[in-house]
Amino acid sequence: MLTRVLPRFGTRRSTHIFERNFMVYRSQWLMLVSGFFEPFFYLLSIGIGLNSLVGNFHVGGQVITYATFVAPAMLATSAMNGAVIDSIFNPFFRLKISHAYEAVLATPLDVNDVALGEVWWALARAGIYAASFIVCMALLGDANSVWVVLCWPAAVLTSFTFSALGLAACTYMRSWQDFDIVALVQLPLFLFSGTFFPISSYPGWLGAIVSISPLYQSTSLLRGLALGQFAWIMTFRMAYLLVLAFVGLTLAARRFRRILVP
Amino acid sequence: MTTGPILEARDLVKRFGDLTAVKGVSFAVEKGESFGLLGPNGAGKTSTLRMISAVSEPTSGSLTILGLDPRRDGPEIRGRLGVVPQEDTLELELTVRQNLEMFGRYFDLPRNVLRERASELLEFTQLSERANDKVDDLSGGMKRRLTIARALVNQPEILILDEPTTGLDPQARHLVWERLYRLKREGVTQIITTHYMDEAEQLCDRLVVMDHGTIVAEGPPSELIARHSTREVVELRFDTDSHEELHERLSPFAQRVEVLPDRILLYVNEGDDTLRELHAVGVVPTSALVRRSSLEDVFLRLTGRTLVD
Repeated sequence: MLTRVLPRFGTRRSTHIFERNFMVYRSQWLMLVSGFFEPFFYLLSIGIGLNSLVGNFHVGGQVITYATFVAPAMLATSAMNGAVIDSIFNPFFRLKISHAYEAVLATPLDVNDVALGEVWWALARAGIYAASFIVCMALLGDANSVWVVLCWPAAVLTSFTFSALGLAACTYMRSWQDFDIVALVQLPLFLFSGTFFPISSYPGWLGAIVSISPLYQSTSLLRGLALGQFAWIMTFRMAYLLVLAFVGLTLAARRFRRILVP
Repeated sequence: MTTGPILEARDLVKRFGDLTAVKGVSFAVEKGESFGLLGPNGAGKTSTLRMISAVSEPTSGSLTILGLDPRRDGPEIRGRLGVVPQEDTLELELTVRQNLEMFGRYFDLPRNVLRERASELLEFTQLSERANDKVDDLSGGMKRRLTIARALVNQPEILILDEPTTGLDPQARHLVWERLYRLKREGVTQIITTHYMDEAEQLCDRLVVMDHGTIVAEGPPSELIARHSTREVVELRFDTDSHEELHERLSPFAQRVEVLPDRILLYVNEGDDTLRELHAVGVVPTSALVRRSSLEDVFLRLTGRTLVD
């Protein structure tokens, strides 16, 4: 299916955008390293601090520590945050400040290649971060089943969705000031997507709103996978994320076209 | 191989919403030619360039580049063009050399070929010593040269230059001209827009003057001067607040008289003769200058003196 859908979104040339980003980031390796430490600090602080306060948790018949409950949500959140940085801030700079994309479009690459290339890049970084996060989970004892490895593709899917949506969002940014709006969306998503407690604690209407949140869908998916609690609804969650990703990518390519080659 | 023009535009139109930037222009460029697009701001030059760079699609009209149709073969055409955009769009976070090598990758060129080619191009644009510096640290002239080097990385058959020397000091301009001339000798077709008429005279074999989205004149620079101006121009200044009053008195002495706020221009064939005739009838300006007609006179005649922003 992918091979039939993807050419509409870009060609093999999109990999050159990946190469370009790699070349730029090689000289900014510190940023990559910080990506490894971020999850480590998150997990460590929760494990040490909150575990003792909150005590054990009952989820689907399993008794788990609070850190085991929160860790998959943190993974989902970090996938979202990483994707947003990679697909909103950096492309905005190249789209509207340095005009680097205009130069690229004078080469055989097309607008779709540019958009898709940025998503490849965001995915690759997401893949590395997610892997290191999962390793941290295992090392700190926050993973209690081998199924936790399935969190990796799910986290990458999450990044795919958020980077496609982020890329579309970045085309609407007028100036750096608009990035406050991004933070304004990110924070409630982070706080209300069942990150720190199950959404069953919410009143029904709020629960209904929360279930629209892609981060909630991702958190639930990752949590289920990490605990090895499989359910059919996971298929729905994956489909939901996938559909949003393709909507985002289509919109992003269309907006890029309107801005770059009117 | 066909022997027709390397680029042919017929009735090209570009519309942005309600605004029609290009209103049906037709021209052809021959292989190896240096072709100029002149015109005031807003004349439609850049929109035209973007279409013939196979980047922006014409709203209507037909366009053939290298015998191909940009609507269908955009990537292949762009692979054989070099574009120097009006604003430098270099990668500020990369070094000078990396800018060239990375750009070459967009054309699917292998890395070892690019390493060699980047060195040659840095040599060609006199940037070898700055190869490993960040682009951000370069002067305006160096950035411009790097942009030109970058446009050559795929050894283009047509080089498209949008105001290649705007903002450069005279030394840097001359270096760019000299390099463009060398490329022309190597057979690279060039399409150039510029606001400098001396540049157009220097670089272009043939040019079109655009105004309000249409072509108002076409030909080699010398021919345009011959057709739209006289051989010489006499510039006169008088000790008066209103040069306008002198218009009638001077008109018998010139083919055309143009009154400006600070001076009067007489379009004539022999400027010194005209000055003598004026002296004979008692017309004594405070200053007089005789010069050859230039492309600038033609340009201002065709597109007017009103400021366009």
